[in-house]
Amino acid sequence: MDLMQPPRMRLVVVGNGMAATRLLEELLKLAPERFDITVFGAEPHPGYNRILLSPVLAGEQTPEQIVTHPVSWYAEHGIRLRMGVAVTRIDRARREVHGSDGSVERYDRLVLATGSRPFILPLPGADARGVVAFRDLADVETMLAHAQTGRPAVVIGGGLLGLEAANGLAARGMAVTVVHLAPWLMEKQLDEPAARLLEKHLAARGIAFRLGAQTAALETQAGAVRAVRLASGEQLPADLVVMAVGIRPDTRLAEAAGLAVERGVRVHDTMQTLTDPRIYAIGECVNHRGTSYGLVAPLFEQAKVCANHLAEWGIARYPGSVTATRLKVTGIDLFSAGRFLPEPGDETLLFEDAGRGVYKKLVVRDNRLVGGCLYGDTVDGAWYFDLLREGTDIGALREHLLFGRHHVGDAGTDPGARVAQLPDSAEICGCNGVCKGEIVRTIREKQLYTLDEVRAHTKASSSCGSCTGLVEALLAHTLGGEYSAQPSKKPLCPCTEASHDEVRAAIRERALKTIPDVMQALAWKTPDGCHKCRPALNYYLLAAWPGEYRDDPQSRFINERAHGNIQKDGSFSVVPRLWGGLVTPAELRAIADVAEKYRVPEMKITGGQRIDLFGIPKERLPAVWRDLAAAGFVSGHAYGKALRTVKTCVGKQWCRFGTQDSTGLGVKLEKMTWGSWMPHKFKMAVSGCPRNCAEATIKDFGVVCVESGYELHVGGNGGIKVRITDLLTRVASEEEVMEHCAAFIQLYREEAHYLERTAPWVERVGLAHIRAKVVDDADSRRALAARFYASQKHAQTDPWAERAAGNEAREFQPLAEVE
Amino acid sequence: MEGNWIPIGPLADIPRRGARVVKSRHGDIAVFRTADDQVFALADRCPHRGGPLSQGIVHGHTVTCPLHDWRIALESGEAIAPDTGCAARFPVRVVDGTVELDLAESATACEAQ
Repeated sequence: MDLMQPPRMRLVVVGNGMAATRLLEELLKLAPERFDITVFGAEPHPGYNRILLSPVLAGEQTPEQIVTHPVSWYAEHGIRLRMGVAVTRIDRARREVHGSDGSVERYDRLVLATGSRPFILPLPGADARGVVAFRDLADVETMLAHAQTGRPAVVIGGGLLGLEAANGLAARGMAVTVVHLAPWLMEKQLDEPAARLLEKHLAARGIAFRLGAQTAALETQAGAVRAVRLASGEQLPADLVVMAVGIRPDTRLAEAAGLAVERGVRVHDTMQTLTDPRIYAIGECVNHRGTSYGLVAPLFEQAKVCANHLAEWGIARYPGSVTATRLKVTGIDLFSAGRFLPEPGDETLLFEDAGRGVYKKLVVRDNRLVGGCLYGDTVDGAWYFDLLREGTDIGALREHLLFGRHHVGDAGTDPGARVAQLPDSAEICGCNGVCKGEIVRTIREKQLYTLDEVRAHTKASSSCGSCTGLVEALLAHTLGGEYSAQPSKKPLCPCTEASHDEVRAAIRERALKTIPDVMQALAWKTPDGCHKCRPALNYYLLAAWPGEYRDDPQSRFINERAHGNIQKDGSFSVVPRLWGGLVTPAELRAIADVAEKYRVPEMKITGGQRIDLFGIPKERLPAVWRDLAAAGFVSGHAYGKALRTVKTCVGKQWCRFGTQDSTGLGVKLEKMTWGSWMPHKFKMAVSGCPRNCAEATIKDFGVVCVESGYELHVGGNGGIKVRITDLLTRVASEEEVMEHCAAFIQLYREEAHYLERTAPWVERVGLAHIRAKVVDDADSRRALAARFYASQKHAQTDPWAERAAGNEAREFQPLAEVE
Repeated sequence: MEGNWIPIGPLADIPRRGARVVKSRHGDIAVFRTADDQVFALADRCPHRGGPLSQGIVHGHTVTCPLHDWRIALESGEAIAPDTGCAARFPVRVVDGTVELDLAESATACEAQ
């Protein structure tokens, strides 16, 4: 009943900066219909990303590119934007705000997001032309106008903002000198050694410094600044002076309205002002529990809490933020968080490599990270920041802490693997709120190949740049091999100049059918190769010409020639195949009989759920196999660059959690794939439910059954470098599992380098590439699977049975026995 | 200097780029046949960890041990630098397609290590 609908409440937002626009977004998500919204923005621009002013100044972005909320956005959401109108007065009694254009707006709820004002030193000449702050687009425009004159500039203040300004001006070709009062740069974020590295780096870009220097006056001529005079008496000529000595919360309106103000508008954890519950304040103008924040992440947190209360959900609290700093200067990696200068009782972990320009310092107290600063190598900044924020006990990590997360073995392998594991909803760029899914989608849709393109299209990593590494890893992950700008070519082995890919291409395109053919065609430098290239060529030929190529046993490693695993004493181990890990009493009895008959010194259960018989002399292998074959066993290929095992959990037949027939599917997969030769060993697993008892997510191909079907995972590895699988896709039926499995294996067989496991292969070519061929394109999938089935026709003969019957007998017998 | 040559089998029974084992009172001897049909005999023990050289991949006049990829020169029995070590050599020849070993002389010890 429309008549019963209460009239909408009126919300007025004072300020149109990043806190304000984020608040509007959060509020529209929670309660789009609750308010009539009016926004006052003093600047003649719609919402833009203030932290991108540095790149605009440096010429890396245009002002248009940093607009986050165009005028049309406000219109679409029914928000009245009073652009270029400042609020001059708040009348709390009448609940009205007065605009600089004479307008009056009534409110039920008021949000102050007035931000901060640059602090201008009260120096003689500070009001002259050519003296600017570094705060908004107008300042940047002023600076850019001066940059074209070619006259020198001075930046007063060697903090974050001042250095970004100096870097931007230098990038525009200006001669820039930074005057800084403290003895080293960024003293609020860096200790002296780190600051010296930074200074050296910036000096190399042509920026001059006066440290420990106080500005005495600005010399002017006809109302325009001409020079900066230092207390030492030195005069620095300057037509442009950038004041970057700090910011102050802009509390003028709040103070005039009688709100409690103390270095910022005082607010509760709900972001309501202490004085007037109808009035909220967020952003840089706020003093929350004694702290004002000048970084974007806390402002966004505040906006979210404020929106929650405006929407009358009433369940959010802002507890304050721990902040970390990054310098937004391209090419300089710097990170600082928490207490980076140790206090009594703190411990310091230090790493310094001046030659590489790397410095890492972590401050620890009671086995908790309390702060640190990094210079030159900040890859692990986010990790340290997490440890700090969460108060993690670092006792166990301490030894390797300085060497980073990958060293601790906590996160798998490398940034590439880390981003691959992230869900699509994971936020990559905190500044611009860009999540992984959006970046990956844009890379694909717009066919982006460079970091700059991704920045231009998604804004990810274009603000503070701290996520640059992650975005690059996403690019690499999405594009795979196409990413690296200049793919470095690596010869297959010292016998040749040709790379793995070139060899495979030559075999295919020039129809090379034997190892000598390949060696001749590609000008091998040795007469018959070496122990590295011969097995590779043998495999490539086998994979390229199934049924046609005659395997060369002399080019196979002994394990694949003798069909057992050679042990350190020259004996072999024998692993009969147990399909899906299922076994019967009769089979166990037969294995036990073989073990006793041949006095097998040791047996064990393998990691892949098979039974391993150790210490069998080579001469005995055919006899052992004959007895095993009589009991129905075939080779388990535990020795080969081949399909090893399909590990299964018990599945729905017995398990109360099981969702599908995991053992049955495991057997089917093993029957389909056994005997196939691969670039490297290949392990599979099928888990009957997401509890994943078969550990399918560290296999080359893993299936995790769920109620609705099957999740297919690829590229996992539990070996030297643990790598969790990537989710390839989800399918509904066993038939689809089989087809995807066959297609994935065939793609791996056709494209991977010899001795390259699926984990590095997936990382090299990119999951997107594999999805495109195996998931997205059904024709491609069917063609791959068909090639696999065709190849299997020639592969699925049991090598043990053949040899038990007398094939290759000389391989297993001594040539002679002599006195 | 005629020596005591013992026929051990037809050359054709050793695969090209391969080896066969001869069991003897000196222990196992690896008899290699290279791609160019030359024949070499070495104690079947890698100087590194005693791996059976007869099971390695033969390329040129070199065998790569199957255990840890040490490469051994077949002519000298010496490990190829940077590895150092040596497998004892035995005189071996082919007469009318038959491979003969001389075990009367003690195996040629490696040059002083």
